[in-house]
Amino acid sequence: MNTDFAIQVEDLVTHYGPVKILDQINLAINPGEIMIIMGGSGSGKSTLLRHLLGLHTPTSGSIKLLGKDITKVSPTEMHDLRTNMGVSFQGGALISSMTVGENIQLPLREHTKLDESTMGIMARMKLEVVNLGGFEDLMPSQLSGGMIKRAALARAIVMDPKMLFFDEPSAGLDPVAASELDDLILKLRDSMKMTIVVVTHELESAFKIADRITVLDHGKILLTGSVSEVKNSSIARVQDLLNRRSRHDQINADEYMDRLTGET
Amino acid sequence: MADVDDERIRNSVENLGRVVVAFVSEFGYYLALVYESFYWVVAGPFKRQPVRFAAAVSQMVEVGIAALPIVFVLSFAIGVMLAIQGVHTLKQFGAETQVVLGIALSVTREFGPLITGILVAGRTGSALAARVGTMQVNQEIDALRVMGINPVRYLVSPVLLAMLVMMPAITLFSDLAAMLGGAVYCNAGLGLGYVAYWDQGTAFITANDVMQGLLKSMVFAVIITLIGVSNGFSVSGGAEGVGRATTRAVVLAISYIVLADMTFTYFLNR
Repeated sequence: MNTDFAIQVEDLVTHYGPVKILDQINLAINPGEIMIIMGGSGSGKSTLLRHLLGLHTPTSGSIKLLGKDITKVSPTEMHDLRTNMGVSFQGGALISSMTVGENIQLPLREHTKLDESTMGIMARMKLEVVNLGGFEDLMPSQLSGGMIKRAALARAIVMDPKMLFFDEPSAGLDPVAASELDDLILKLRDSMKMTIVVVTHELESAFKIADRITVLDHGKILLTGSVSEVKNSSIARVQDLLNRRSRHDQINADEYMDRLTGET
Repeated sequence: MADVDDERIRNSVENLGRVVVAFVSEFGYYLALVYESFYWVVAGPFKRQPVRFAAAVSQMVEVGIAALPIVFVLSFAIGVMLAIQGVHTLKQFGAETQVVLGIALSVTREFGPLITGILVAGRTGSALAARVGTMQVNQEIDALRVMGINPVRYLVSPVLLAMLVMMPAITLFSDLAAMLGGAVYCNAGLGLGYVAYWDQGTAFITANDVMQGLLKSMVFAVIITLIGVSNGFSVSGGAEGVGRATTRAVVLAISYIVLADMTFTYFLNR
């Protein structure tokens, strides 16, 4: 078995209540790779991300981060792993009662014993990385959507994590801001050798930054492959996603009737 | 006909079962939350996740110091009311001067902690539910967890500590303010001097009476914190959800405070 993967998911099955969300997910991500997880709404891509982050307990299967199975590790080991993970949430999720600078210093303050001025310098350095130099004293509510996402990214990388996760990085951003964020993701991988997982349904940005793409649909992986493999895939559902076509699922008359009458 | 009756009975039994299960699971959740909050206070430093003293102090200011003006006003008014009612009642027995005993006992044992509890439930309980609920909606709680910051340790433990210190302190303050309210009325209405009032009052009440009130206030502190925080954590459904959780937190906290107060009074006075 190859243990060199940064992230390895095996036979992951998850439920939300009685509903099965993810079904037999197998995924392996190499160190320093940018993996895009793509899929339509309700495909389970966000759920997969939340499981990678250890926010939910799966029904079965294993999730290995840096070789450690997070479904089995002790709280202390999970704690250590978390200092090696950076996450940029869809809405940024900056703590709204703290300034931008305090937000970015938060992981340092909680996990290190650095003195105040060092933490200040490190926070300002990361703000420079995301082109937000001089914004540390503003409150998150005073920033625009794109700035919040970049500030959240600065917080995610302040501990120099080995793994970086993005949830819909370009959602709600104008094309220029989205493209800048893509460049930033590439720059981070090149300069800091991070393993990066991005969940998105934005095709353009996916093709721009991806090393490999995993396409999810209805909780199952349709395919995992390079950009050209995905583009040239013969799977109908993948082509639907790529060409923005409406899905052409056949309607089952009996099931449709049951749904309407509420008998299922 | 019998079938319809059967079904109705089955439905009501099923509903009763659901309510009981929901109640037991919520109560269990409260207990787990209390346990976890204290766990982090004690074990946090050994797990490299200490509860921040500074956070607890800033909460103390927020919960306690900031509440003092309104506590004073309400407690003072309660003291005046007690004096008016006491004098009115005792006049029928020609025992107006005994009013000080009535005020001192009811304030320290009952009204001080109760008025403080209701007020803090309205101020801090709602604020907690709204704050934690908004953080939940904005994924800030998730962000804390993925940063390796336990939300209970970071958000709940400091508040619980602050509440346990400040509730008795504000209650004591409330006792004094209510006694002062009574004194002002007695001075104006009965011509009772302040020194005489104070001497009479302190002669009657024992340390036990005051302690009873303070003990109650600590129970209220736990109730307010838990209900506020747990309603915040369970928010789903955006801004409307936050509003619902806030309302629920205040109503539940006040209800539990009154019920706990009654239970306490019953057992402590047997």
